[in-house]
Amino acid sequence: MASDLQSLLNSRHITDPAIIGIHTGGAWIAEQIHRQLRPEQPLGTLNITFYRDDFTRIGLHPQVEPSNLPFSVDDRHIVLIDDVLHTGRTIRAAMNEIFDYGRPASIILATLVERSGRELPICADVAGERLSLEAHQHVKLTGPDPLELLIQESK
Amino acid sequence: MKRQDIQCDSQGQLRHFLTIEGHKRETLTQILDTAENFVTVGNQPVKKVPLLRGKTIVNLFFESSTRTRTTFELAAKRLSADVLNININTSSTSKGESLLDMLHNLEAMHCDMFVVRHEQSGAAHFIAQHVAPHISIINAGDGRHAHPTQAMLDVFTIRKHKPDFTALRVAIVGDLMHSRVARSQIHALNTLGVPEIRAIGPCTLIPPYLQQMGVHIYNDVREGLKDVDVVIMLRLQRERMDGALLPSELEYFQTYGLTQEKLALAKPDAIVMHPGPINRGVEIESSVADGPQSVILEQVSNGIAVRMAIMSMVLGRKPSGEEGEA
Repeated sequence: MASDLQSLLNSRHITDPAIIGIHTGGAWIAEQIHRQLRPEQPLGTLNITFYRDDFTRIGLHPQVEPSNLPFSVDDRHIVLIDDVLHTGRTIRAAMNEIFDYGRPASIILATLVERSGRELPICADVAGERLSLEAHQHVKLTGPDPLELLIQESK
Repeated sequence: MKRQDIQCDSQGQLRHFLTIEGHKRETLTQILDTAENFVTVGNQPVKKVPLLRGKTIVNLFFESSTRTRTTFELAAKRLSADVLNININTSSTSKGESLLDMLHNLEAMHCDMFVVRHEQSGAAHFIAQHVAPHISIINAGDGRHAHPTQAMLDVFTIRKHKPDFTALRVAIVGDLMHSRVARSQIHALNTLGVPEIRAIGPCTLIPPYLQQMGVHIYNDVREGLKDVDVVIMLRLQRERMDGALLPSELEYFQTYGLTQEKLALAKPDAIVMHPGPINRGVEIESSVADGPQSVILEQVSNGIAVRMAIMSMVLGRKPSGEEGEA
């Protein structure tokens, strides 16, 4: 996944990207990618809880770490990383949040797993794995050490 | 606990926030943890999150307060809610309309939350008992009874500097008799496990029931401040004093006012707090209020994050037990 991402960055002539991981699983993956690619910018993390579109349906989620973007987003090429791309709503929320920090030059989406079930027109630029799953199947990443992918069946 | 029943729904989630009493430590900790995430919103270029977009929050202030109303308004706006500020002096209640009629009219305008400040103790509970089920009430101070959001922002500020509540000695100094803030602070500190709370002030300003709340009473300020981790100064509430409870402000300052010399009796890393507005030279010396141990302005900033947390928890109750997914 890191080498695919590096190739994509090279093909787009992006030399100074900022990596942002979405809490919680995306931040775990982003940490590893950041270690491998060693960009100049420190790692950023996003907590998209306050940007979810299902707040009125499911209430406030238990809190995780706050967002931390230790660089200016303006005119920067962003690599947004999450563990699983499913409906696309998390990525939409993350992009909304990023735009509240500034106007990036571009956003590349990299996910460990891109699975079926999209509800919004969002796709990954780089995916570690592409899975076609039934609606009742769920992919879950456990971690941070070791990172493990599980496919669960819901009733 | 009837009050807890009013404040929480059948799933134990916050429905109203009227008082600290009856809440479990877990609930208070959840408020503090949630507020932690809202602090960063104030540092964003766009100081807003879309969480309460489409919600309407009414600031219903029967008693004037610029600071509290402003922080509630800012908190609601940072959550993207629409905010109405109703000045009761110019509202229709002064034209003879009853309070309940006014509330029902606001309900008919599809409001979602009333933030209530009232000079009468119990006013927020009364309103909570009479509003439609979909409306939530936050108490922004009622008489001498409670000011729970102020207490939460105070304990939030304490936690920032002294993370372990179970190792703290906290002194509350001044007019505890008339202070709804102090009552709520004591409930919050007790619930969060603070082992020693001291009330310091003249006999006329220390209510006798404090001992039943586990508070240690000190009339000698120097004795009371010895080795404390946190000093909370209270405002002298002249407007609530019916009789001559104090000889003079000057004498009060000389005896109970916080000076550098008195503060030196506390632990060297003790923090100084004040719910505001401060009376310089009455409760606190300027050099202390503006000094390195003062966290008074932090309290103001933290007040927005804590109120955002409470508003979002109250309006973000889950209708069922379902969980979200990615």
